[in-house]
Amino acid sequence: MIEMVNVTKTYPNGTKGLKDINLTIGKGEFVAIVGLSGAGKSTLLRSVNRLHEISEGEILIDGKSITQAKGKELRMIRRDIGMIFQSFNLVKRVSVLRNVLAGRVGYHSTLRTILGLFPEHDVHLAFNALDRVNIAEKAYSRADELSGGQQQRVAIARVLAQEAKIILADEPVASLDPLTTKQVMDDLKMINEELGITTIVNLHFVNLARSYATRIIGLRAGEVVFDGPVSEATDEVFAEIYGRPIQKDELLEEPVA
Amino acid sequence: MTKNWKAIVPKPKKNRAIRWTVVLLLAAVYVWAFSGVQFTGFKETAGQITKSILAGIASPDWDYVYMPEGEDLLRGLLDTLAIAALGTFISAFIAFPLAFWAATNMSRTGAVSGTGKMLLSFIRTFPEIIMAILFIKAVGPNSFAGVLALGLHSVGMLGKLYSEEVENMDAGPTEALLASGATRLQILWFAVVPQVLPGFLSYTLYRFEINVRSATILGVIGAGGIGTPLIFALSTRHWDRVGIILLGIIVMVTLIDWISGSLRRKIV
Amino acid sequence: MIANTELKRPKPPSRLKHYLTAVILLLILWGSAVQTESTFGKLIQGLPNMLDLLKEMFPPDWGYFAKVTHAMLETIRMALLGTTFGAILAIPVALLCAGNITRAKWIVYPMRFLLNLNRTIPDLLMAALFVAIFGLGLLPGIFALMLFSMGIIAKLAYEALEAIEKGPLEAMTAVGANKAQWIAFGVVPQIQAHYMSFVLYTFEINVRAAAILGLVGAGGIGHYYEVTLGFLQYDRTSTIVLYTLAVVLLIDYASMKLRERLL
Repeated sequence: MIEMVNVTKTYPNGTKGLKDINLTIGKGEFVAIVGLSGAGKSTLLRSVNRLHEISEGEILIDGKSITQAKGKELRMIRRDIGMIFQSFNLVKRVSVLRNVLAGRVGYHSTLRTILGLFPEHDVHLAFNALDRVNIAEKAYSRADELSGGQQQRVAIARVLAQEAKIILADEPVASLDPLTTKQVMDDLKMINEELGITTIVNLHFVNLARSYATRIIGLRAGEVVFDGPVSEATDEVFAEIYGRPIQKDELLEEPVA
Repeated sequence: MTKNWKAIVPKPKKNRAIRWTVVLLLAAVYVWAFSGVQFTGFKETAGQITKSILAGIASPDWDYVYMPEGEDLLRGLLDTLAIAALGTFISAFIAFPLAFWAATNMSRTGAVSGTGKMLLSFIRTFPEIIMAILFIKAVGPNSFAGVLALGLHSVGMLGKLYSEEVENMDAGPTEALLASGATRLQILWFAVVPQVLPGFLSYTLYRFEINVRSATILGVIGAGGIGTPLIFALSTRHWDRVGIILLGIIVMVTLIDWISGSLRRKIV
Repeated sequence: MIANTELKRPKPPSRLKHYLTAVILLLILWGSAVQTESTFGKLIQGLPNMLDLLKEMFPPDWGYFAKVTHAMLETIRMALLGTTFGAILAIPVALLCAGNITRAKWIVYPMRFLLNLNRTIPDLLMAALFVAIFGLGLLPGIFALMLFSMGIIAKLAYEALEAIEKGPLEAMTAVGANKAQWIAFGVVPQIQAHYMSFVLYTFEINVRAAAILGLVGAGGIGHYYEVTLGFLQYDRTSTIVLYTLAVVLLIDYASMKLRERLL
């Protein structure tokens, strides 16, 4: 489903953010990308939907090259990829419902969307999405009236409304407390299992990665140093990914069931 | 399973009444506004004159820039700058004490700062052009009247900006000095002034930029500066002279803005 | 016992810069005073004239209020329309000047240059120009205020635009929005309260400005300054001043209340 071929990112000052990455991620997988800060996790994730540009190589989504795509083609590919962010990235002054409907803009003409004339079908989709993450009753509240965990769930609902086939999550729980973290990760896992949406998550906490993912990719200094099922990701493997033994702050405080 | 979402999560209705009244009110206001304007169509000469003015800007009267004996562009601009500089200085001088009068954290009762604010508001609203006319009656139609007018009128805005700076000040140093037994004047000098001085200077420069523009206008009623020759050139239809004066004003204002802007960045 | 060695004091920073600045400042002021022929002496001499003038101005001619009301209403109309048109024009200009919205630098920098150009010419001079083009009446005043307002609002708006959060904008790119949708869903909600506040602020300024434009023939109550001063009817002049003051204070108050509710 996602193919990365010889992907390299070189910054203007010469440093390489990503070094010759070759990866294939299949449909329905739940992949966790782990590594130190600055190892290239975010760059890797954001190059999948081209929020970051790569210097060499190609990335194919369902066989179509997003690297070569331009204009409408690019937007169509992005429409099928949903992204959730560490800082939620909702429009604060606007209602939850409108934030979720924003995921539908790729499906209609510019004029319709700007005037806010979303068809009944879209509104229905939006509500169902909100219901799936259990905050349908907050549909008309302003986004900034919600707690962090609730806002992230709205972000997930937006991705569902998008009818995305892939979910990219860039450190989605880094700003949340342990209990809310569990809720959000549970939601992501449920969506992955029930709807078969390919999910790639950047995670900071090692035990979260082990509990939720089916496959772990370890990045170190822009290179893939581990790629395999969770069962193979032992503490020694993590020590190699991080270049040192796991530290206490890389384990989430409350034990995750 | 198709749920009836409209029933489960009802859309909040109370905003709509307010929104519609606002819209209707605005519509009424605009209808009134447009009805008062008679649009008799553009004068036939409008297009001609615009073209002449543009031509005047494109090929301006370069001779006017420097004429050894008499009134020329450079002298006019210099005059304008001088009016603005002196006027700003005088207004800063007067606004300084007024700022402390108007600042809420400098006096015990709200009444004191309230009167200060009202005075500043009155000065700000009194049109500077009218002040200029009045000063002309007092000292004659010359640049001095312009200086006085600018000097007095700017006190309004400068005083307001200064007083806001004082109100936004950190109370810490003041408390510390109070605790160590300093007098009011000492507190002012050692705790307040150092904190607010950069802001004061920045606002003063900002006001100077505005005053340079105002000074160009004062000539319209005879209070000196480049405004007088401009109006004269307009009424005598000397479009090339109008052009060079406009260019001169643009260059001068842009230069002053640029210098003032860099200075302000260095201060803050 | 601690050994009593001489403390080596660090050198105090050079105060040369301060002294130099003070000298330059004094020179500028002295030069300005000479250029404008400003002396304290003249001020003292002119004081009795000023006092005479003030005596003639008070009390104001109360009856005159009714006579100039229609001109006052004209002034408010002029300010309203000028602000409105200027605000509308300011929207595309601000979007084109904001570096985070318009990526092409070769558009952003020239636009900002044009905007600055617009702001160098004072409103009264623009009104005088427009009177020369369109003749007397409200139209040149509206045009002048329109350009004037566009300058103020566009500058405030593009500075605010460059400060909005980029998170929601990233989210809209990720969702596959085109530029127009990106602006409508990501930019507009973040900026609209600020924009309305800027428009109200500009309206406040424009009411003051509109009250004077009549001096150059652009309609409104400003024309009556010429009339009353020409006929030496100073009590009527102060009527105009007070009237303007009252209207401005009212509008300022209303505008301030509205702006508080917005932000």
